[in-house]
Parts: sequence; structure tokens; C-alpha cells
Amino acid sequence: MAYSEKVLDHYENPRNVGSFSKDEINVGTGMVGAPACGDVMRLQIKVGDGGVIEDAVFKTYGCGSAIASSSLLTEWVKGKTLDEARAIKNTEIAEELALPPVKIHCSVLAEDAINAAVEDYMQKRS
Amino acid sequence: MSEKHPIYLDYSATTPVDKRVADKMCSYLTLDGVFGNPASRSHAFGWDAEAAVEEARKQVAALVGANPKEIVFTSGATESDNLAIKGVAHFYRKSGKHIVTCKTEHKAVLDTCRQLEREGYEVTYLDPEQNGLLDLGKLEDALRDDTILVSIMHVNNEIGVIQDIAAIGEICRSRKILFHVDAAQSPGKVSINLDELKVDLMSFSAHKVYGPKGVGALYVQRKPRVRLEAQMHGGGHERGMRSGTLATHQIVGMGEAFRIASEEMEEENKRILSLRNRLWEGLKDMEEVYVNGDIDQRIPGNINISFNFVEGESLLMALKDLAISSGSACTSASLEPSYVLRALGRNDELAHSSIRFSIGRFTTEQDIDYTIDHVRTAVNKLRELSPLWDMYKDGIDLDSIEWAAH
Repeated sequence: MAYSEKVLDHYENPRNVGSFSKDEINVGTGMVGAPACGDVMRLQIKVGDGGVIEDAVFKTYGCGSAIASSSLLTEWVKGKTLDEARAIKNTEIAEELALPPVKIHCSVLAEDAINAAVEDYMQKRS
Repeated sequence: MSEKHPIYLDYSATTPVDKRVADKMCSYLTLDGVFGNPASRSHAFGWDAEAAVEEARKQVAALVGANPKEIVFTSGATESDNLAIKGVAHFYRKSGKHIVTCKTEHKAVLDTCRQLEREGYEVTYLDPEQNGLLDLGKLEDALRDDTILVSIMHVNNEIGVIQDIAAIGEICRSRKILFHVDAAQSPGKVSINLDELKVDLMSFSAHKVYGPKGVGALYVQRKPRVRLEAQMHGGGHERGMRSGTLATHQIVGMGEAFRIASEEMEEENKRILSLRNRLWEGLKDMEEVYVNGDIDQRIPGNINISFNFVEGESLLMALKDLAISSGSACTSASLEPSYVLRALGRNDELAHSSIRFSIGRFTTEQDIDYTIDHVRTAVNKLRELSPLWDMYKDGIDLDSIEWAAH
């Protein structure tokens, strides 16, 4: 399979790889996917005062497109409010990375991951 | 270090044509060569081509201990499998409609069996044991009075394990059930003596043995005689079992490839086995790596390894300097992990994490050392990226988590 240059770039130089302590009150963690399906994404956001995402990290088990989708997402969500982050659509990720149809599910997974991370943060706060 | 990149380690998929084979094939194509139709009986062009085909038939038969009259040339192992299984099923339909095979067979066998199911036949798909080998007791239990055919592969294409076809042949013969063996992966790697084996039909391929693609053969035993219903009709070539003008240059190439294998396989397999051992020695101290399939009952050139917590397709991407294949079919549209590894009872993570390395005639020690180095680096890099690896390191049992399958 031929990968787009952007996928290759994110795959070879993934941005914001890492973990936050998930017990911290200002951290939201979203883990989506399943090993059985061949991809698992863990996206974490650190939310500052005023509900702005200050930092984001990820770890992904999956194909190159899954790794690139989550790497790109960490770049995009930084500096966004929770609502803005939740408004990111998988189609935008797929378009930016020029994902082929068979890899669209990787971008869907990334969208699920940010939603799950925001949800987790909100639950901790409530 | 090898100058040529990527390094080819996918000899189970196909092999380059040996230079000696290619040179010989070239003299059966052009005006100054032997280009005649082997079926032409009225002139020397035909006679010469026929002589070349018969020489090749002898060479193929010699490698596998068969009589040349028992060799039917086809377009490849897939056609041979189709001809054997459908041919027997159709010819012997009055004796019964039950066929026994195994879940780890090649698609050429499995899909042919599926077609026969649509035609009203009944097929039992046996589960192999965890090492990829069949429990012969279970095979025996699956046989019925209306079983007409057992089809079991000799060497598995993904995991390289060798089934005990001698023992299976004894079981089938004692029950008067025909036995077909898909041996696409075995010539030149495992010695085969059809004179002794109780095998009725055996499929061969040329391009796995440094011969050309597009040609193969089916061994059809003469004593006791096995009958087949032809699947390709026409001029009655190959004693009516497979019509179609014989592809002289392809057949000559297959013959030459099998001749070379007869002469060189002993030495070659020693060398290839030492390369495979070198590869495994260089990787086995890594954490959470597993060999898929029995390590001893296996051809020298194959090793299939799962690197736990690393997804196969991303690993292939990191190893772009290596021409290898993932057991996981992620690169195809199905996104399903290998059905062979699943049939072995490997869990999904391990099935998704597998890489098949297949070593052959032109692999060097330098190739292997480069491979070891690159695989270690890539696996470590991807594990740093893997949430599953994190969880494993934290002592979390992945099976205890409720994953949202998607």
C-alpha cells in the first residue's frame, strides 16, 4: 500500500508521544479500539483554566494510518477549547492525511478518542 | 552489508527464477530455438518440443519419486488443487459426497471446497493443534463411510510446518479414501518419495522452486489408478486430464528448476537452516516474541514470529528495507488477522503481530544481520508508541479489559 507523505511523516516522526498520569484531575484519557481489531488509541489531554487544552499526548497500537491520525490529532487539539476539540470530524483528519477508503476507520477512531478523552475529563469534574 | 535494498525475505511468496533456468527457457521461444507445438506430430518442430516436455516431465518426476507418466502439467498449484479436488469429487460423486480438509490450508484448497459445498458436497474443516500440526486421531474420527477425499497440505505457506503425510496416507489408504496433498511449498525443501508415500494426488508449483510463474503440475497416481473428471476441456492434452497447448518454455523451466533442486537441495537446506537459526538467535532474547508453528517440524527457510503488542502492518512499514509479509492481512482490504494463526488458537493480538520471514537461495549472512538489527530497532520504537506495551509493563492483563470492538 502506498502511504501519503503526511502519513509517512507522522509515522516516522510522531508528535507528542507519551502519557500523563490519568489520576490527575485536569487530565482526560480516552482509550478506544480493541487489540482484536488491530488498533488501540490512547489519547490524553491536559486541560487548563478556562477549559482550554494545554497539552495532548498519545500512544497508538495500530497501522501507520492509525498512528498518523492520532499524532495529527494531538497537534490539532492543543490550544482548542473542549467544544472546539469535540467538533473535529474524522473527515477532516482523513482529508488532511489523504487516507485511502480502507483506512478511514483510523480517522473515525481518532475522533472517538478525542470525544472519549473530553468525556473522561468532564466526568472527573462533575 | 548487502548492496541491494530492499532485502528479499519472501521466498514463500515466490522466488526469483534461477539464471540457469531462465537461460534454458529462452531457447524454447524464438525461431532459432525449439518453439514448436509439442502436440504437432507431423514435423520435427513438434517432435523436438515434445522431447523437451518429456525430459522436463522426467525431471519433475525424479525430484518427487514419481513415474513421469503420473505428472500432469498445469498452470500452477492453484489449478492443480482445483483439478485434483473438483476432479475427484465430480468423478466419484456416486461413492459419496464428503471431503475432509484442514482450516490452515491454502485458499486454493479452501475456496475449491467452498465451491463444492455450493454444489451439494459436505466438507469437514479440521482444526490443527496449537503447533499447526494435525492430530491424526481427530483426522481419523472425521472420516465417514461416504468420505471420498482427504486434502491436506504438505508444508504450510504461512508457518512452514510439515504435516505427516506418510501417516495420513496410511490412514486414508486403509479406509480406501483418496488422499490429495497440496505440496506447492515443499519441493526442494523436504524430500518427497511418492513411490513409497500412499498419496494419490499431489500439487506442485514451479515458481516456489526458482522456476517460472504460470506453470505447475499435478501428480496423479497410476497404481492404484486414480480417476479425475477434467476441468479444462479441449484437445485432450495430458491424457485428457488437462487440455490446452503445453507451454514448452514454462515446462522446460519447471523441469530445470526441479533438476537443480534434486542436485542441490541437501547442501542448500543446510545453509538456509543455518541462516534461519542465525535470525532466530538474533531475535529470541527480545521480550514477548513467539514463533508461530512447530519449530522442529518445519522447513528450513521459514520462520513466522509474533512480536506482541506491535501491530504487523506498522511493523512492515518500519521495515520497508525488508521485503517480508505480515501474517495479518491488514494490507489487504479485509483487515482480518491471519486465518492460519487464528486456527492455531493464537489470540488476536499475536495474530495481528506476526511477520513471516522466508529465506532462500540468494539470502546472505549479511542480509540476516541487517534484518536482525532493523527488526529490533523497529519493534522497540513501535513498543514505545504502543499503549498495550505500556499496560503490559504495568502488569495489566489485557484480557481483563472490556474492549469496544469496532
